[in-house]
Amino acid sequence: MARRRSSLAPVLWVPASLALGLLLLPLVALIVRAPWATLPSLLAQPAVAQALGLSLATAAAATSVCLLLGIPLALVLARSAAWPAVPRRLLRSLISVPLVLPPVVGGVALLLLLGRRGLIGEWLPFSIPFTPLAVVIAQVFVSMPFLVIAVEGALRASDRRIEVAAATLGATRLTVLRRITLPLVAPGIASGALLCFTRSLGEFGATITFAGSFPGTTQTLPISTYLLLQTDPDAAIALSLVLMVVSVAVLLGLRDRWVPGVLS
Amino acid sequence: MIALAGAGLILAGCASAVAEQTPPDGAPAGAITVFAAASLGGSFATIVEAFRQDNPGVTVTVSVGGSAGLATQIVEGAPADVFAAANPATMAAVRDAGLTSGAPVAFATNRLQIAVAPGNPGAVSALDDLADPERTIALCAVEVPCGAAAAELFAAAGITPSPDTYEQDVRAVLTKVELGEVDAGVVYVTDVREAGDAVEGIEVDSDPVGYPIAALSASSNPRAAEAFVDFVLSAAGRRILGEAGFGAP
Repeated sequence: MARRRSSLAPVLWVPASLALGLLLLPLVALIVRAPWATLPSLLAQPAVAQALGLSLATAAAATSVCLLLGIPLALVLARSAAWPAVPRRLLRSLISVPLVLPPVVGGVALLLLLGRRGLIGEWLPFSIPFTPLAVVIAQVFVSMPFLVIAVEGALRASDRRIEVAAATLGATRLTVLRRITLPLVAPGIASGALLCFTRSLGEFGATITFAGSFPGTTQTLPISTYLLLQTDPDAAIALSLVLMVVSVAVLLGLRDRWVPGVLS
Repeated sequence: MIALAGAGLILAGCASAVAEQTPPDGAPAGAITVFAAASLGGSFATIVEAFRQDNPGVTVTVSVGGSAGLATQIVEGAPADVFAAANPATMAAVRDAGLTSGAPVAFATNRLQIAVAPGNPGAVSALDDLADPERTIALCAVEVPCGAAAAELFAAAGITPSPDTYEQDVRAVLTKVELGEVDAGVVYVTDVREAGDAVEGIEVDSDPVGYPIAALSASSNPRAAEAFVDFVLSAAGRRILGEAGFGAP
């Protein structure tokens, strides 16, 4: 009897399981070690709600900025085929730098640009560090590449002939963009925005370096988690749990509905 | 080119490790890891140099960070052999977990100072100025020793400070002062001294904070760990700490 065999070599299951364990077991440990009995009282502290509220608000603002600025950048990149190879490749690599840069380095770079004595900051009539604006800027810096890469990938994969057809039928460039191009890449935009939001929510290094840490103003959930770990590990674990639940909920809840592209 | 130079460096490092003389019988040997408070970074680098002269068989790695964070790491099982903390409370967390071998010993004291950028652009002259909301101020978070000490200092002076950021360790405060992002920060005398011309210090009337050191019971190399603690407590160690601005215990 002929049986269809899986194309996967069985030996691959071993490293694959190890990889899965490495990714998931730390989260299991967090759940096991969580102080479930005291969790409600730990999370009822006003400081927790404050940090969570600040994190959600700044991450949402950062995602909006990424959408506003990142989609045009992705469009420029996707249509750069006619450019000479060197500037095109250079631009594409530079955009990805924040992805691999240690976030603390990003924070230092932001200080040197926008700090009180920074290249630009020196000339500004107001000071950016230690404000919620600085938190948003740090989050945009680290999460923008996710959006640009997701949208650019979707644009490259989309069928340009539909746009051409629309143009031949008399649609203006803006109409083509609004009615054809953007709806075509909507899943890419959604997945990019999702990654932006969760990455912003977890941002720590660039934020504490550039924006500092003050309760209610710049102390986001990851920062208060880190500080609590020094004195009250139980509370820190509780906060970690909150961050994890929010992140996983965002990923799971939105993925199936909006994102058949990058994430699924 | 860079890769070649790097490979050369690695080879050179290996060669010197191989060429290391074997210690005389009975002398401590092997490797130890010392967890030291952020404010001890500079002076412990010097102490390790001097310790190596006396104990060529021992390799010392110093891990520098906020004391409270280091204490948490030790309690969670980090493989450290010696812990030097920036206040007795942080050391107590490790001792109470039963992880110190023997009682911790005070080996130095430190005092707080206000650090300002060169030229003092914020015109800060005394502790009262740190209550001015118009000025930009960095303090250590109250969870870490320099923050706890600063909180006591302000409480004793009856001043409510108006900080713009609570940093995670004393070095982070110093960096924000050095970069000119804040008008003033509260750090240790030793940090101001180590920063050289990058910051200026303003004296404040602060109580000295004791720095305790202890060998850790989980050490896999207790002989070398004890030897290192003894060296820090010796006249030679004392001198190095004194040069860095630490007071006698």
